[in-house]
Amino acid sequence: MIIRVLVALLLSAFPGLAAAANVEFARDIQPILAQRCISCHSERTHMANLRLDTRAAADHVLTTGLLLRKVSGQENSVMPPVGAPLTPDQIALLKTWIDAGAPWPASATFAKHWAFEPVRRPAVPANSGRTPIDRFILARLNAEHITPSAEAKPRTLLRRVALDLTGLPPTPEETAAYLADKQPAAYERAVDRLLASPHYGEKWARYWLDLAHYADSDGYEKDLVRPNAWRYRQWLIEALNRDLPYDQFTIEQLAGDELPGASDDVRIATGFLRNTLTNREAGVDRGEARFEQLIDRTGTVGTTFLGLTVRCAQCHDHKYDPISHRDFYQIFSFFNAAEETEIEAPLPGENAPYQAALPAYLAKRDEILTEYGVPALQQTWENEIRATMADPGKRTDWDFQVTEYRAGFDRADKVIVNNARKPRDSYRLTKFFVSHVGPIFAKDAPVNARMKEARAKLEALDATLPPMPLAHIMEDDPAAAPAFIHSRGDYKGTGSPVTSNAPHFLPAMKADGPANRLALAKWIVSSDNPLTARVAVNRYWQELFGRGIVGTSEDFGTQGDRPSHPELLDYLATEFVAKGWSGKQMIRTIVLSDAYRRNSDTRADLQDKDPTNILLARQSRLRLSAEAIRDEALTVSGLLNVQIGGKSIRPPQPVGVAELGYANSVKWKESTGADKYRRGLYIHYQRTTPYPFLVNFDEPDSNLTCTRRRSSNTPLQALNLLNDPVFYEAAEAFSKRITGIDDAFQIALNRPPTAAERARLETYGSNKLNLARVLLNLDEFITRE
Amino acid sequence: MTPLQFQQIQSRRNFFRECAGGLGTTALATLLARESHAATAAIPNSLLAKLPPLPATAKNVIFLFMEGGPSQLDLFDPKPELEKWDGKPLPESITKDLKLAFIKPTASVLASRAKFQRHGQCGMEISDFLPHTATVADDICLIRSMHTDAFNHHPGQLLLFSGTTQVGRPTLGSWVVYGLGSESQNLPGFVVLSSGVGTSGGASNFSSGFLPSTYAGTQFRSGNDPILYLSNPAGVTPEAQRANLDVLRDLNTQHLHSTGDEEIASRIASYELAFRMQSAGPDLTDLSKETAATLEMYGVNGEKTKAFGTNCLLARRMVERGVRFVMLMHASWDNHTNIGTALKKNCVATDQGAAALIKDLKQRGLLDSTLVVWGGEFGRTPMSEIRKPEEADNAGRDHHPVAYSMWMAGGGIKGGQVVGRTDDLCFNILEDKVHVHDLQATILNRLGFDHTKLTYHYMGRDFRLTDVEGNVVKKLLV
Repeated sequence: MIIRVLVALLLSAFPGLAAAANVEFARDIQPILAQRCISCHSERTHMANLRLDTRAAADHVLTTGLLLRKVSGQENSVMPPVGAPLTPDQIALLKTWIDAGAPWPASATFAKHWAFEPVRRPAVPANSGRTPIDRFILARLNAEHITPSAEAKPRTLLRRVALDLTGLPPTPEETAAYLADKQPAAYERAVDRLLASPHYGEKWARYWLDLAHYADSDGYEKDLVRPNAWRYRQWLIEALNRDLPYDQFTIEQLAGDELPGASDDVRIATGFLRNTLTNREAGVDRGEARFEQLIDRTGTVGTTFLGLTVRCAQCHDHKYDPISHRDFYQIFSFFNAAEETEIEAPLPGENAPYQAALPAYLAKRDEILTEYGVPALQQTWENEIRATMADPGKRTDWDFQVTEYRAGFDRADKVIVNNARKPRDSYRLTKFFVSHVGPIFAKDAPVNARMKEARAKLEALDATLPPMPLAHIMEDDPAAAPAFIHSRGDYKGTGSPVTSNAPHFLPAMKADGPANRLALAKWIVSSDNPLTARVAVNRYWQELFGRGIVGTSEDFGTQGDRPSHPELLDYLATEFVAKGWSGKQMIRTIVLSDAYRRNSDTRADLQDKDPTNILLARQSRLRLSAEAIRDEALTVSGLLNVQIGGKSIRPPQPVGVAELGYANSVKWKESTGADKYRRGLYIHYQRTTPYPFLVNFDEPDSNLTCTRRRSSNTPLQALNLLNDPVFYEAAEAFSKRITGIDDAFQIALNRPPTAAERARLETYGSNKLNLARVLLNLDEFITRE
Repeated sequence: MTPLQFQQIQSRRNFFRECAGGLGTTALATLLARESHAATAAIPNSLLAKLPPLPATAKNVIFLFMEGGPSQLDLFDPKPELEKWDGKPLPESITKDLKLAFIKPTASVLASRAKFQRHGQCGMEISDFLPHTATVADDICLIRSMHTDAFNHHPGQLLLFSGTTQVGRPTLGSWVVYGLGSESQNLPGFVVLSSGVGTSGGASNFSSGFLPSTYAGTQFRSGNDPILYLSNPAGVTPEAQRANLDVLRDLNTQHLHSTGDEEIASRIASYELAFRMQSAGPDLTDLSKETAATLEMYGVNGEKTKAFGTNCLLARRMVERGVRFVMLMHASWDNHTNIGTALKKNCVATDQGAAALIKDLKQRGLLDSTLVVWGGEFGRTPMSEIRKPEEADNAGRDHHPVAYSMWMAGGGIKGGQVVGRTDDLCFNILEDKVHVHDLQATILNRLGFDHTKLTYHYMGRDFRLTDVEGNVVKKLLV
């Protein structure tokens, strides 16, 4: 029954496919009521004392015609009061149905939303489809009398799968080898080679970074650089390359630090939660700034792992989904009990030289500090800070100093009062003090001069210490104040206390241990969670077809799209878990299907039947992501530096971009040498003044989690590719590599030119730079076909 | 527009059909093949101008964003009463529960050093810091009763432009272009110009948030390249660029035939628009055809007035060319210290250009259809902020979100009037409170939108600029 309803719901979601002669409640009426009426007129809400969730309760407004008059604007107030009015088609359906006596099957219920029902392994349809995926897709196509397109040409297919799996185009050599491989399973071998490539981790890391909303700076006014942010990205690339199972991948990112005997590597994974913005504007209330971060963490986790718009429940019960106001703060509570911290996170080979140099460094540092009398001065400064914190409002200069300290120094209040400081905190505090000596010494010229000298010496000394990257992670905060419901979502709004717990409408959390982040993560990946696997496989699908089986990959709730192939989604979800949550296996399964391998050309016969290619009779042409466009241009020009991982880079950027940052504080120090030519995912992301190329090509702004990028098509993109020195340099380098038109096509597009293309280019003359510029700007070049 | 209609327009498949006014793929392909140059030139860009759903009094907006919080006490809202309190703290009955960014409620009062006089037929009181603005008093509507919820810069700016203190939402300019499209065929619909230092909000003040990036503000820059990458690479002549684009267009057209993907037609159109921008951009910034009197009026030749004055003049030229929303940012008015000299400096830099803009729009008959807004994210406290007690006369003012001033002019706003009244200390509003959400609702109203209906469906719900608040302020309207 559920499946029949789902199919019916699905049909209604795509009216062009429905061709409804007769109105059916489940297919035609229930979705309208569910999406537009029930949130206010259910058993729970019954606004205006009206329920529309049972036939008996709705009888009056149906039989008197009131419902029709309301929705068609014949009464004073139109229903529904928010959003678009019902369409004429929807009103016509309602009318036909009511005229027929408003039949309402006893089995119809509004309580169950498909995504909150358990995942069940469906039977694979019996038809001529080659793989199980194909059989699900073919079942729909057969029902619609649509013949699928043929397989794409081998060259196109290789370029497609290489770009999808690694974000890089195949080299002419790889293409030649692939075309020459006449043995069975040549394509499978190519897929396996690509999955084993270390560039796989880079490509899929970039997608995950959208979800994590990674950036290399704090955001907000000060937007300070986060010089160690990349350390999480490094973990991510490595985790994907070793195919860390998605359940473990989830656990480590949400609660790696809480795992028994957590290694540093596992703790670094919690950097996922450290991509929230930090507001360091001096006058900001620290408590409120932290509250905003917790709101973001709650929303990001809800969207990323559960596909739920939990953030709607920050201020009130979710209007459409069963997520209550309390549910939101129960999840919030998990993160409220954690604190931000840093650990040393050396890459292989970095620790030994650092440790070897450390004792001498510290001895020398102590010497300098003593020489300049820093400990005594700092003691005085600390006393004043503590005194001002305890009794503010008496001395404006010290008030200001405290404000600055709290904004610029993480965990300021804790560290200043705590005499059992961690060594790193002591180190940080002294470092802060020598550059913020405060009001007493500001007036004391000799002290000032001394401190200036000390600073210079310390900076010079610091430069001699071998690098030791830090990683920004989460850890438990045993002293955290209990969480409570913030009425109206306001920081200051007080409501009843909450304890950490899963949302009430989903299977309960196991009560066999502490309700900490680890328990939340285990609950997310537990076998009875109906959302996690569905949400994850849907995203793989989206990245490989351009649209998820659920189009709204961020929203599996009642307002989201219905799955186009619900049984396929559940099949993949069960397959994912059965194969040990392996991302690589799931991607392999999908790209080996005939559906993935089809030609992407549009078809006149489908223009009306399936204009947006939901039924997948063909593949889709997809514009490449910003990063992939850069990587491809650098690849074909031979400039690409393939180094995996490491710090972020700053490619050439026009003067005037960084200068837009707050008070000219953003510095864009251009990367030099081979660093300039590293892949797009390594480009430093400064939240307030992002690298223009990334913005032009739809990289999300990194402030909120993003499950699917847009694909815009603007003149600014054209200018960027035509005139940006980065791309012009690529065209010049490309022009030097090529011998002629044929060669240029092979390298750039992985195919020979057509006769017409060659003819047109021959009339253009023999200038190779002109040829290179044309090819690097072709729509086909920035598209995966 | 309903989300559904919008989705249809945004759909990759429908995009071209909508934009080309119903021209089908096959017809278009034929056209392209037959006379490709003319055909592509006829393809409108994706920001095709749209009519608003309601009657409108304004077609364009110029937002003069005075970043940092200009002091209403020293510019627009005279408070002689402050003299009595100068140097003394306010009574606790007033400052109880007050939360400020930096200073404590016990800080002493700072009376304004500015002189106020009445100006124009309407007798509007404006300070001697703004002599030029004073000359257009009869054209502007001064709102002395603005208030906002945020007392820090970035949240305040986000609230002003995106309707919420959290990052990630679309901003005023992008909502307007989303709703109205652009009338310019060769310039972006939403342009941002800046002078002074960078702002707290940076690009988030003109971001398209979760709207498509097409609606984001395009930053125009000073110098030879007003739009990023507008100039050809060194050594590439306009003729060579055109020849290159001709080949590109022909090859793209061939590929359009073989794949049938209408997105390629859009790509061709984007490149053609880009090429037109390459000549329209320099034409826009070429001020050689402006009269000496005009340049003088805007202060284009004055050392201190040049940056902002030029931007004001460019704003007028953009409006003439159909740019829908122009945002001029001037930073920073964040006068925590030295308010006497620092505030004066900003006034000198901006006063002349802003007044010239009003006069010039008016004499060209553009003011009626162009809404000009002047203001920042909040105002400043009547109490003084002293960061360096050891330095004489360096007092400034802290952030004051509770009561501050902005002005609007043109585009269906009733000039020559003051709306709103604050108490004797400019501490609270006594009459006609105007929240930033109300300002936003009013701007959208003048452009022909019900602010509650200009929505975008995202993350499971309909979002709008004014969040869940906002009322059109009737008193501001003609």
